[in-house]
Amino acid sequence: MTRDLNETILKLTDLRVEALSGAVLVDNVSLELKRGEVMGLIGESGAGKSTIGLASMVYARAGCRITGGKVEIQGEDVRTLDAEGRRERRGQRIAYIAQSAAASFNPAHRLMDQVTEMPISHGLMTQAEAQAWALELFRALDLPNPDTFGDRYTHQVSGGQLQRAMAAMAMSCRPDILVLDEPTTALDVTTQIEVLALLKKLIRDYNMAALYISHDLAVVAQVADRVMVLRHGKMVEVGETGQILLEPHMDYTKALVAERKAADKLAMAAITTREKPVLEGLDVTGIYGTFKAVKHVSIAVARGETVAVVGESGSGKSSLARLLVGLLPCVTGEVKLHGEVLPPSLKNRNRDTLRKVQLIYQQPDVALNPRQTIGEIIGRPVEFYFNRSPAEVKARVAELLRLVGLPEDYAGRLSTALSGGQKQRICIARALAAEPDIIICDEPTSALDQLVADEILKLLKQLQDTLGVGYLFITHDLGIVRRIAHRTAVMLQGEIIAQGPTADIFAPPFHPYTEKLLSSVPEMRTDWLDEVLAKRG
Amino acid sequence: MLKTIAVRIVLGILTLWAVSVLIFAATEVLPGDVASAILGQGATPETLAVFRHELGLDRPAYVRYLEWFFNALHGDLGIAMTNKRVIVEVIAPRFMNTLFLAGYAALIAVPTSVVLGIIAAINEGKFIDRFVNIISLMTISVPEFFIAYVLILYLAVQFEIFPSLSTVFPEMGFVEKIYTTALPAFTLTMLVMAHMLRMTRTSVLSIMSQPYIEMAFLKGLTRSQVIVRHALPNAAAPIISVIALNLAYLIVGVVVIEVVFVYPGVGQFMVDGVTKRDLPVVQACGLIFAGAFVGLNTIADVLAIMVNPRLRHPR
Amino acid sequence: MKLFGYKPTSTAWLGLAIITVFILVAVFADVIAPYSESESVGQTWDDPSWDFLLGTDNIGRDMLSRLIFGARMTIGVALVTTVLSFLIGTTTGFLAAVGGTVIDQILSRIVDVMLSIPLLIFALIILSVFGSSIMTLILTLAVLDSTRVFRLARAVATNLVVMEYVEAARLRGEGLWWIMRREILPNALPPMISEFGLRFCFNFLFVASLSFLGLGIQPPYADWGGMVRDNGKAISFGLPAPLWPALAIAMMTVGVNLVVDWILSINSRPSGASAEM
Repeated sequence: MTRDLNETILKLTDLRVEALSGAVLVDNVSLELKRGEVMGLIGESGAGKSTIGLASMVYARAGCRITGGKVEIQGEDVRTLDAEGRRERRGQRIAYIAQSAAASFNPAHRLMDQVTEMPISHGLMTQAEAQAWALELFRALDLPNPDTFGDRYTHQVSGGQLQRAMAAMAMSCRPDILVLDEPTTALDVTTQIEVLALLKKLIRDYNMAALYISHDLAVVAQVADRVMVLRHGKMVEVGETGQILLEPHMDYTKALVAERKAADKLAMAAITTREKPVLEGLDVTGIYGTFKAVKHVSIAVARGETVAVVGESGSGKSSLARLLVGLLPCVTGEVKLHGEVLPPSLKNRNRDTLRKVQLIYQQPDVALNPRQTIGEIIGRPVEFYFNRSPAEVKARVAELLRLVGLPEDYAGRLSTALSGGQKQRICIARALAAEPDIIICDEPTSALDQLVADEILKLLKQLQDTLGVGYLFITHDLGIVRRIAHRTAVMLQGEIIAQGPTADIFAPPFHPYTEKLLSSVPEMRTDWLDEVLAKRG
Repeated sequence: MLKTIAVRIVLGILTLWAVSVLIFAATEVLPGDVASAILGQGATPETLAVFRHELGLDRPAYVRYLEWFFNALHGDLGIAMTNKRVIVEVIAPRFMNTLFLAGYAALIAVPTSVVLGIIAAINEGKFIDRFVNIISLMTISVPEFFIAYVLILYLAVQFEIFPSLSTVFPEMGFVEKIYTTALPAFTLTMLVMAHMLRMTRTSVLSIMSQPYIEMAFLKGLTRSQVIVRHALPNAAAPIISVIALNLAYLIVGVVVIEVVFVYPGVGQFMVDGVTKRDLPVVQACGLIFAGAFVGLNTIADVLAIMVNPRLRHPR
Repeated sequence: MKLFGYKPTSTAWLGLAIITVFILVAVFADVIAPYSESESVGQTWDDPSWDFLLGTDNIGRDMLSRLIFGARMTIGVALVTTVLSFLIGTTTGFLAAVGGTVIDQILSRIVDVMLSIPLLIFALIILSVFGSSIMTLILTLAVLDSTRVFRLARAVATNLVVMEYVEAARLRGEGLWWIMRREILPNALPPMISEFGLRFCFNFLFVASLSFLGLGIQPPYADWGGMVRDNGKAISFGLPAPLWPALAIAMMTVGVNLVVDWILSINSRPSGASAEM
């Protein structure tokens, strides 16, 4: 079979996918992919990007059906084939790399068995050939101890290694097309860049055509030749990567690009005349059993300022938050509020102390009781801390809803039907109802779509300006830190390795870890990845 | 892994011990009441005192317990109060009978329901699944004696295919035994099959929702390859638990069936003992049933441990 | 027509109909029954006729009337037992989940041991000592059954306790009882309601089985299990007498199971087994 470089290898024409309930998930989307070309599918959650990726393999998840359009692989409409024919194409011509490798591997079998399963069952290779090819792929993907790696089980290897193993599994039949569904999203920022580089190399070396699905434009910009922007199942814009980044046509694309670019700029100068710190942790250590999650950390937040605590997963930033509010008692040092030492454990603190420091969570869905009305949720702190009468509570709830930009009549509704962004606003209102001095924000925007996250950040900033409340902002996203933090603390394995005004932290000379962190965040230009790899050698 | 298994076995033994204490406590917690309960309201204090002394009820509780327990460990289950027969001699053949009946039913029920449960799960929503669902729902809803009487009415009385009473004796040939106990075994089978089927179906369905199953389909494997290679190995552990749970359930169901069909097993013996308030008999039977129950659950847990890849190949 | 916001399937409607009819029959037994509960009005095991719609029982009483009166005891005892078992099991289950490790360990160990003995065996043992009055029956069954409810309540509550909104309440400084009542209980209701139905079926069948063995509800009260026992001999004559009360038991249980099945299916999504390929 000649590999004609200009051949259209994948063509979707007017693809339509609907849910059993009638909702349209993909609305007449068309795209063309040439051999060796990588197209990025960009969009927020619910845009339909994963659905399109799966539909290219003529697969729809339970509860959905492909109801229209053509899926042509090398000119052949795969949708018109019988079940056997479709099954044959899967894995051989087009392969899938899922978001979570841990979930995609069967815990009961060795990795090698699963990586070699496809070519053997499709009759393409013998066991020996498949294993040899797998070993070659393991080496190409830079896996440790490639000869014995395949003997392990899923629970014995790390997330980054599993993701690479999944890439090897996808390549096992030498398919023409790869569908990569957010392959690096679940990984740490520093692991992300390694896996991203390896994937790019794999695609280049084997001249694969690929659909790269992601919500992060900067990541996609590193690998894709063209980009398609999706929203609510419809195509918004498609074009060369460079054009999308520099001169987007449609408003939605412009908003996405602008929001992502803002993350690259430093926005907040340190406050020169700092007030006295309200909440302080002085040399505090927190332990879970025998594991030291927080090691001798000192940090302080004053009113009107935002202190960011940034680190990867496992760095101890969330544990620090729990320690400060009293959920994780500190075993060394002290936690002080307005200069007074607080009892280390939550149960020994009095109501007024608890009132002054509030917490906002990452997942708004589980932070709100689905059986309570919004009015009850927001009103409870008012009733609990200030003993107001029902009429006063009602008035205050209305006021708070206005403050966070939600309509007053939401008070009688349940929170379940609302969007993530709206739910997070309710969480903020609930925190404000206590009239706190400090709000600890534990990754409040990580679960939200970009544009929605942007609005929440703007709301938080605005509330800080009007009410003077201070924030301890926990995040793994450096872009957010740049945008809103006056001061920043960088955490690694339970310790703060750098702390100070944000501008200072993000300017040289760097602590080596800060440098690694900073350089791992993709920027909005197509040559960024190559540059970083060249620098690292 | 061996450590986990050893711990589980020790736990099982401890549970059995605790259960024996519980059984003893339940029956002999108030010796006074026991005596008057058996002798009736009209008994005089003197008669009660004599009775208590006869039974050794005036000794402290833990002494009585230890005596009972050590005797049991040595195979001495005491003497029946009603007819003064040595309990072990009476129970032994009955125990074999009950095992025979339970085994007969299990042998049919287990493979059938597991296979049907798997078939129903992988054809979720289709006709075979809904059909199996409705039938099993009906079956678990009806009392055992209903099924038993219906079967007797049609298969024994009206059509005289099987005997309606299942009296067996040790001299019976194997084939004749199978024939005589066909109805009770069949009733028992239906009872347990429905539960096992539904639970198997639920377990397999939850496995089918796992992401690695989706991945297997996306790799282009055939449906049977996905089910056999990816779903079933992970379904093994939950299905084993289901089987063990239902075998334990079988032990309980056997009691009513033995009464309906007048089958000489431990279940009928126990019910007689309860009706006549023959405490040693009740204690002995209770210990046997509870022992079997705990034993089965322990075996199930151990098997589940052995099948878990995380425990077989630790980091 | 919708029920609590959800549309019942046809089988669920059937189940609801059965339950309603039976409960009404039990409540209005005095008014509906053609004859009295214990009067002999015909021959032993008469065939069904216009006088006796379902024939007569083993001492000539009207089967239909006995069935109608029997509904009160049979359904009533099971209902009271289940409610009691639920109260005990839910309170202890929630307490175990929310009250800290020590309470949890103590309660769980006790329950584990109790669960290690099959229910029937344990019940038989207790009844052999204490006799079978209605009170003893209800109390014994309620306590034994509450262990199963404990398991579920504890599991449900444990899942809820780790929800952030529960933690948010704790951070506020809310007390234990407030958290249990306002945060956990409302969210625990859906799985608990279907469990109530299942436990009712179980207790219902259990009481019937005990009565059948002669150890449950004692005469002179009419109950369906006892009626099966009384009329058991008729089977060997080819007469269907014991099947009527047994059928009544079966129908009630089927009805409740159909409704419970519908409740359980409301929240479940189709599994991966039905993906399109």
